[in-house]
Formats: sequence, structure tokens, C-alpha cells
Amino acid sequence: MSTWDWQVFCKDTISGEVQPRCFGQGGDITYLDWMFSAWGWTLSVAVLALVVALVVGSLMGIFRTTPSRVLVAIGDIWTELFRNIPLLVQVFLWYHVLPALVPVLKNVPSFILVVLALGFFTSARIAEQVRAGIQSLPKGQRYAGLAMGLTLAQTYRYVLLPMAFRIVIPPLTSESMNIIKNSAVAFAVSIAELTMFAMQAQEETSRGIEVYLAVTGLYFISAFAINRIALAIEHRVQVPGMLGGH
Amino acid sequence: MTLDFTFLSWQVLSSFVLKGLAFSVQLTLIAMVGGVVLGTVLALMRLSGKRWLVLPASAYVNTLRSIPLVMVILWFFLLMPMLTGRPMGAELSAIITFTVFEAAYYSEIMRAGIQSVPRGQVFAGYAVGMTYGQTMQLIVLPQAFRNMLPVLMTQTIILFQDTSLVYAIGAYDLLKGFEVAGKNFNRPVETYLVATVVYFLICFSLSMLVRRLQKKIAIIR
Repeated sequence: MSTWDWQVFCKDTISGEVQPRCFGQGGDITYLDWMFSAWGWTLSVAVLALVVALVVGSLMGIFRTTPSRVLVAIGDIWTELFRNIPLLVQVFLWYHVLPALVPVLKNVPSFILVVLALGFFTSARIAEQVRAGIQSLPKGQRYAGLAMGLTLAQTYRYVLLPMAFRIVIPPLTSESMNIIKNSAVAFAVSIAELTMFAMQAQEETSRGIEVYLAVTGLYFISAFAINRIALAIEHRVQVPGMLGGH
Repeated sequence: MTLDFTFLSWQVLSSFVLKGLAFSVQLTLIAMVGGVVLGTVLALMRLSGKRWLVLPASAYVNTLRSIPLVMVILWFFLLMPMLTGRPMGAELSAIITFTVFEAAYYSEIMRAGIQSVPRGQVFAGYAVGMTYGQTMQLIVLPQAFRNMLPVLMTQTIILFQDTSLVYAIGAYDLLKGFEVAGKNFNRPVETYLVATVVYFLICFSLSMLVRRLQKKIAIIR
């Protein structure tokens, strides 16, 4: 096996010359510049998709616990649909199929399409967690809210959801870490994120091991950061006196 | 645009798609069996209480679980030829990758399964004179396996969905089969749609099966 060559990151992406300060100057970029920009794309896709997934997933999860049969059916169908199709196939669906069927989508950048694909895919899992969280609460809570004269919406807003969301924070944390990992499929539709960078830089420089190690490290750091943020949130919103609290 | 599915004859399906489906299923089954076996060994290592067994097994599981599967696929595709000294096909590389990767996930399931068996069962095994190996093999693992069967099956459905990611190294799987057919007939939209339906039908019916299994097991317990 050959020796390490970490200088590969200081090379200009076009001329292949090693740059003295490792970052490109005057519009030229090195592989290091490219990698950091790719990291930015990975984080943008992941964070935006997480927002979509949390909003849609919570809504669908709540639907599935309401007394309305129609809403339950919508939530159930949504979950089954997005859970049983591979993520990569869903990405292709958004990128190749939907714009052909719905002409308006032709002008939407592929970045947004990937965010929606990843967001909706993850929303099915989050819907499942939120539903389980709400159903884990004693039934009496719901009845108590309604008996006090709160409307169904108020019961959810002031009684059920504040508890349910706290309960589902740990599983949501692992979903948030999954979304960082799953954002790697965006390479398939040419988003310039980390995996795409890894594949292309490997091909251009033949220093696959160095490139892959750096990219893998960045995925580690990203997932770890999400984990810490989620833990901090969990501690902040803890209900005193509950198991796991202080 | 108007959709036209007429080109998708049995002939087209059998010459492009069937080969891919066969590989996806083969990959799923091999990775499942290999992953469960290797995963069980890893779980036993982590529960052994011996540092020199716990540390490597934990490192293995935690590392693989924190890297995107696509990156793992790329890593193996890069490293395997370096280790064996000759080029390796994408299909074989994918089979090895998935077995190694899924073992990390199956091991977490088996660990939970083993921990769900009451401690008294182990003591009972020792009390009748069984060795550690016999206790595990004849008493603990069969129960752990049965308790975890629905979860293991659910993980296998996820595994089947994830096999589509061999796209990254160009292996010929179910999705690739549809893609090639779509390119040949210049009908990518239709073939992606059919691919979606096929994946959905397979995964949905499997998850219905798991749900029934879950009810059955719940009654026995």
C-alpha cells in the first residue's frame, strides 16, 4: 500500500498544483475548499429536510390519533406510502418523474426536490414516533382536557402535545442523526454534497483513502453535533419529577 | 406529457428487470443470514463482560452505525481490491459490504433480544450443568431470536430498501434494471413509476406479514 498524501487537499481542482495556503485564491478552489462547500450542502439538505420532516411528520402523527376517521386514514396512508418506498427511489421520483408530470416543478431547483424527498421520507418515521408518543399518554389526560371544556384542538395544544413531544425527543434525536446519514443519497441527483465530493475527488486525484477518511470524519462530526444539540434541548425542556428527569 | 406503459412487455421485464430483482433478493437474503449470524456473535461479545471482547465489538457496531451506508459501500469498493490484490466486481463487493454493515444493526437487535430473556433462564441452564455455550445455544438464543423476530424482519425490509443504494457503485439491482429498461426505450418516467410501485408492493406486503407475525407472537407470550 502507498503512503499517505494529505497534500491532495491543497491541490487546485483544475491545475492540480499544490497551493501554498491550502485554500484557493482569486476564484480558484482547492479540494479543501470544495470539501467545505460540500459539507455546507450536506448540512443544508439535512437541516432543511429535518424541518420539513418535523412539521409534516408531527401533523401526520397527530392526525393518526384524532377521533376523525378521515384524518386517521390520511395519516395511515401517508406513513405507509413514504415508509415502504426506498429513499433513493423516492429521490428519483421527485427528480425524474414529478417534473415530467407536473410542469410547474420543472423550474424548481434539484436541491429543493431532494429536500422534499428526504423530508417526506423521514416524516413517515417521525409520524410513527409522534403517534406512539401521544398514545403512550394515559387516556385520562385527553378526557380530562375535554371534560374541562377545552376543544379538541386546545386539548392537543395544552394537554397532550407538551407531554408527547418531550417523550419523543430521544427517538427524534436518532432520526435527526439518520437524516444526516441519509442526505448522502442526494449524490444520485448531482447535488454537490459530501458523498458526491468523495466520489469525484477520488476519481480525479486517485487518493481515495484520504478523501474518504476526511468525508467520513465530517459525517461523524455532523451527526455528533446534532446529538449534542438534541441532548441540550432534551435537558432544557425536561419535566421535573418524570423518569429521566432530576 | 402522456404516459405510455405499452412497451413494458413480459419480454422486456424478463430481460432487464428480472435479473436485477434476482440480485436484490439474493443480496437481501445473504446479508440477512450473514448479518444475523455475525450480529449475534457481536452481541454475545458485547454482553460477555470481558473488556477485550466488549471494546472491539462496540467499536465495530458504533463506527458502522454512524457512517452513511453509501459511504460504507464506497469504502469497501475502494478497499477490497487493495486487500485482495485484484479487481472485484460491484456485485460481490456489495454482498460483502451489506453483510458486514447489516451485522452492526442486527447485533443491536440481538443484544436487546438477549437482554429480554430473564436472568433466571441462564441460572437454570447452569444449574442443570450446562456450559456457557450450551446455555446460550439451547436456552437463551432461541428465546431471544423468537422475541426479536418481528424486529429482525422489519430490519430486513429496511435492508431490502437499502439494497437500491448499490447504485453508487453501479451494481445491477432491481432499480438499475428498471433504469436500463427506461433508457433503452427512452421512457424513464414510466419505468421509475413502475419501479416505485414494485418496491412499494414488496415492502408493504412484507410489513403486513410482520404485523401478523407480531400479533401471533404476542398471543403466545
